[in-house]
Amino acid sequence: MGRKLLIEHVHVPGIETLEVYRSKGGYASVEKALKTMSPEAVVEEVKKSGLRGRGGAGFPTGMKWSFLAKPPGVARYLVCNADESEPGTFKDRYLMEKIPHALIEGMITSSYALGAHTSYIYIRGEYFYVARILEQAIEEAYAAGWLGKNILGSGYDLDLYVHIGAGAYICGEETALLESLEGKRGNPRIKPPFPAIAGLYGCPTVVNNVETIAAIVPIVNEGGDEYAKIGIGKSTGTKLISASGHLNKPGVYEIEMNISVEEFIYSDEYCGGISGGKKLKACVPGGSSVPILPADLLLTTANGDKRMMTYESLSDGGFATGSMMGSGGFIAYNETACIVRSTWNFSRFYHHESCGQCSPCREGTGWMEKILHRLENGHGKMEDIDLLWDIQRKIEGNTICPLGDAAAWPVAAAIRHFREEFEYHVKYPEKVKDPNHFHKQSFISSKQSVTI
Amino acid sequence: MPKVTIDNIEIEVPEGTTILQAARMIGGDVVPPAMCYYSKLKTSGGYCRTCIVKVTQGSAKDPRPMPKPVASCRTFVQDGMVVQNTTSPELLEARKGVVEFLLINHPLDCPICDQAGECDLQNLAYDHGAAKTRYDFERRKFEKIDIGNKIKLHMTRCILCYRCVKVADQLTDGRVHGVMNRGDVSEISTYIQNAVENDFSGNMIDVCPVGALTDNTFRFKSRVWFTKPLDANRTCTKCSGKVVLWTKGNELLRVSARKNKYAEVEEWICNDCRFEHKNMEDWNVEGPRKIEHDSVISQNHYENIDLQKLKLEINRQIKHQGGKKIKEVYTQAQIENKK
Repeated sequence: MGRKLLIEHVHVPGIETLEVYRSKGGYASVEKALKTMSPEAVVEEVKKSGLRGRGGAGFPTGMKWSFLAKPPGVARYLVCNADESEPGTFKDRYLMEKIPHALIEGMITSSYALGAHTSYIYIRGEYFYVARILEQAIEEAYAAGWLGKNILGSGYDLDLYVHIGAGAYICGEETALLESLEGKRGNPRIKPPFPAIAGLYGCPTVVNNVETIAAIVPIVNEGGDEYAKIGIGKSTGTKLISASGHLNKPGVYEIEMNISVEEFIYSDEYCGGISGGKKLKACVPGGSSVPILPADLLLTTANGDKRMMTYESLSDGGFATGSMMGSGGFIAYNETACIVRSTWNFSRFYHHESCGQCSPCREGTGWMEKILHRLENGHGKMEDIDLLWDIQRKIEGNTICPLGDAAAWPVAAAIRHFREEFEYHVKYPEKVKDPNHFHKQSFISSKQSVTI
Repeated sequence: MPKVTIDNIEIEVPEGTTILQAARMIGGDVVPPAMCYYSKLKTSGGYCRTCIVKVTQGSAKDPRPMPKPVASCRTFVQDGMVVQNTTSPELLEARKGVVEFLLINHPLDCPICDQAGECDLQNLAYDHGAAKTRYDFERRKFEKIDIGNKIKLHMTRCILCYRCVKVADQLTDGRVHGVMNRGDVSEISTYIQNAVENDFSGNMIDVCPVGALTDNTFRFKSRVWFTKPLDANRTCTKCSGKVVLWTKGNELLRVSARKNKYAEVEEWICNDCRFEHKNMEDWNVEGPRKIEHDSVISQNHYENIDLQKLKLEINRQIKHQGGKKIKEVYTQAQIENKK
């Protein structure tokens, strides 16, 4: 059994209340930080812990915090990005819904470390009921003196607000989130300046994912060095993985970043194998925007090493033979799944969610979706596959924010690894017109099949 | 002052200059095309991505290359920066991609579009576009909207450069104009079709790089290359009164602001000058307008005509109509001298 730092007490009845949370050792990090540590010392612990951003990019959190500009007389803000909208990712919702105080505790400790006196939790509109849970918890925290003026007699003041977005994926991009929080249209800003210099209301701002902020709690409690002992190399600590798709036991799992992908999929402690007694065909290991990998490349890297659930190992081999840890949205496909259909579905999502500000993403995502729709429904041409490749190449890297890249990568990876399947759709239009085409006759390229 | 090298040409520029501005200081082929950037509008630029350039050396201090192409209109020059524009084949390929994206949903209705002949998108497509489209789906369509009674919005042609939004934001007060919806169905709109009633709203027409915002008083009157542009001025209390008159025969068809060679307005003009003074006798004609940026109009070689003859001709026509006589017609050189 791996250690659980974030969701250890998730099944304790009443853990969503302050009383039960406190009885399980909650708010100890606030006490420790405010009473015995300076803000700089907290930042130092986070640096030592090697914690990397859990939202997707995996940028070292300690470094991000140390970039925060500190001009005198200017307010600083901490904003928690709870706009979790990546298809396949639902770990933040689980955490906030079950243990709301873990996030609030993390927010207080982190705000103290950054010198922020007003902090925000920006939560997506669809998580309305979660926002209610958070608001309830914040109310409890205010009443108990964990928030407000002069917390624990330390002289540190903090106000914490929950802001509900209107349900746009793009508002998970940090600058779009800040725009939205300011009450404007949620369009990403052109960087530089980065939020660490000019963020919310033009003030220095740190934007962190829910899980990142919750992870501050064990780091402060146990010390950064202790936290860094978990995991392999630069992937330290535990990570929440939201597993979905053709798995026997889909759900949210907290893993120590030292287990192999194979163990995660097949062991009974985690996903318990592929559902329906079928073979694993492919997997998107980090949420819809990261490249899809065929089963053989998922379990072993191109060099023949076992692939581990770490930032480095999952991205081993670059995009040619690797993928990314991303936000931990682990989607498994068995042999009945159609990769073209899945790619079309992702493409449809990015088309719908593109903000429309810059032209490659605005026009390109729609174009890709239309071509994929045509291919999936048996109206495609062979040239369409090369055209798709060319379109994604022209979107990637040419946009203001990473949504363009996120739309391009899954398409590129699907063509890279599953070209045969695209060609099948062109060659047998009659067969693929049936939406369940691979249910009746599973399709898995011989070189990609893995038997365990 | 920072030094920047663009396509192997070195130039020293003031602090806070963007790559695009630096390229414009060098001039010629080095200048990247810009569809959304407008030097007179704050925070414009960065959206269309046609001005992307490759930064092969970030600065003298940090010589790492930038990982992605950057929007030259919004990226500031650093000392020792090395930039590639036309010297990088990959970049030209990427730009070609951007132009393709801008065109896939554009109706390409140039034969019936008033902007044809002075259209930035047309010029861009000539310079950087492909000969044939690879897009074989239906293109998006919108209903035409009147923004007030003088401006027509034909959203189908829009490339979402946001210039008109910035005009509404920065030139007019009580903004009722912005972008609604998102993605490829976003549209420029006045809020619930409120008319834009403001003295400077007409400038939206001039900043629009395509035929999405056109002058209702000029629509379908004439192709621009059949009109004769004249520099003219009048005393106006609201604006500088320096305009271009677009005439055909003895008729004054349109009044617009003067644009420089990057198709940017030199001085904003008010709606009064633009829409309400459509008689030749309202204006002091300075002489023919030299149009540099629009190939079709400049093909007319119009600036070579005899000014004295023009003066006589206009006066004859005015006399014929019983109007006021034009006081003086100056040559370009005479105007320069006066300045």
